[in-house]
Amino acid sequence: MRSVGRDPLLALRDIRVDYGEGDVLADVDLRVAADDFVGVVGPSGSGKSTLLRVLLGSVTPSGGEVQRAPGVRVGYVPQVETIDWDFPVSVSQCVLMARPPARVRPWPSRDEKAAVARVLDRLGIGALAHRHIRALSGGQQQRVFLARALLAEPDLLLLDEPTSGVDVRTRHEILHLLGELHDDGLAIVLTTHDLNGIAAHLPRLVCLNGRVVGAGSPAEVLVPDVLETAYGSPMEVLEHGGMRVVVDRAPDARIIPLPRGEGRSA
Amino acid sequence: MTVDELVRPFEFQFFQNGLVVATVAGALCGLIGVYVVLRSMSYIGHGLSHAIFGGFAVSALAGVNVFLGAGVWGLASALAVSSVTRRRPIGSDAAIGVITTASFAFGLAALQLGGGADVDADAALFGNVLGVTRGDVWLVCGVTLFAVAVIVLRYRSLLFVTFDPEVAAASGLPVARLDALLMLVLAASILATMNVMGVTLIAAALVVPAVVARMVTSSFSTMLWLSTLIGAFCGFVGMNLSYHLDVASGPTIVLVGAVLFLAALAVSGRTGRVRLGRVATH
Repeated sequence: MRSVGRDPLLALRDIRVDYGEGDVLADVDLRVAADDFVGVVGPSGSGKSTLLRVLLGSVTPSGGEVQRAPGVRVGYVPQVETIDWDFPVSVSQCVLMARPPARVRPWPSRDEKAAVARVLDRLGIGALAHRHIRALSGGQQQRVFLARALLAEPDLLLLDEPTSGVDVRTRHEILHLLGELHDDGLAIVLTTHDLNGIAAHLPRLVCLNGRVVGAGSPAEVLVPDVLETAYGSPMEVLEHGGMRVVVDRAPDARIIPLPRGEGRSA
Repeated sequence: MTVDELVRPFEFQFFQNGLVVATVAGALCGLIGVYVVLRSMSYIGHGLSHAIFGGFAVSALAGVNVFLGAGVWGLASALAVSSVTRRRPIGSDAAIGVITTASFAFGLAALQLGGGADVDADAALFGNVLGVTRGDVWLVCGVTLFAVAVIVLRYRSLLFVTFDPEVAAASGLPVARLDALLMLVLAASILATMNVMGVTLIAAALVVPAVVARMVTSSFSTMLWLSTLIGAFCGFVGMNLSYHLDVASGPTIVLVGAVLFLAALAVSGRTGRVRLGRVATH
């Protein structure tokens, strides 16, 4: 992990991505510094995952410029839906893949085993090292791929929808874990659909809909104008306990009043 | 059948050669088949074996060394298929179908038009123990050593690329080169196996042992050696059956695999069927 500095780890300038059927991303500028924790929000098909892949380097932009700090290491945690959970690997084998082999023998060295054990213990799944990756809960599966990314000792961690399909408690645990990793000096960029459960808790947001619609703190991005431009639907933003709460206000949505004594605070 | 009758074929040099080639080729196909199955490349294996027949026919008619000609042809086909599957300009299964069946059809047409009466096309198509020579023994052993060396030396990289190619590429692994290397090993395996299995049945030798192994284990390393053993067993038993039943070696080897598959299906119960279903839908 790098010391905090003014130079970004990664900088995107005027990025355009076209898969052959029109621009998926256009005019995107983004700087990710060593102390950043950025959430990328936007509707489905807005280019969030594509933006992450541009940062990762697996998608080459059709236009624009990607600047990487020399030697920067990027870890990636894919969406759980894209992973072949039936692939015959255990947790430790899956994590170990990320480390280039130190020798030609196919089995891991003692140092490599120790490194895997350390990262699994750190994420609280040390006891699951020999389990098959399917035989885990959603939160544990997410941690396995987090462990795989961390084993390569990245400077920047990219996560694609890290809380999709997990329950509220697991979502809190993952967010808390990511907060700890960020406090330890890891830069993080994640995509999320969850405006209230995740995005509202992050220090910096980028709102996408093919292009950057808004960027800044949650107070600057989670506002009706930005959200309605991105999502194309009326949105209401409430304040609750100092946090922003986004409410979908579709024209035909009916608001069902809560029973007396359970009113909202705004 | 007496023991004497069972061991009698071992007296013949042609059978000894055929048995060694069938057993080693079965092991080779079982080993490579793990990657073929887990990467959903079964159709590529099937197509590539057919494509190589084109090279076999052309080199046989031209009087060129058949393995050299078919090898060059197979390598070109493998790289073309690898390129198509990576770039996906059209549906990759359709593109592979066009490339490989056209090559197969070209081989058949060339043999008919070119007067290839003295070329044993049946042996290439369905396998024939009589066609196996000492040279085949050395070839299949050499290719097997090459395949084992590639898998041992590139074990973790190939595992990563097989499991998660996007992240593997982002991690700095040369995915295109590893894909090409795997296709090269696959083409060489098909070439070395052609005389015993026949090009029409090689795909089964690649797929069946790996599928059976997958049904009984959820460990990648176990799947590798188990599939290799199953492939060797199918080759050994199938070659013996081929002699005693007087049937071409390719079909008997594949049928032994099919029986093992049914046995694994029965023994592994619901777990095996679930794993099998997942392999089939990848």
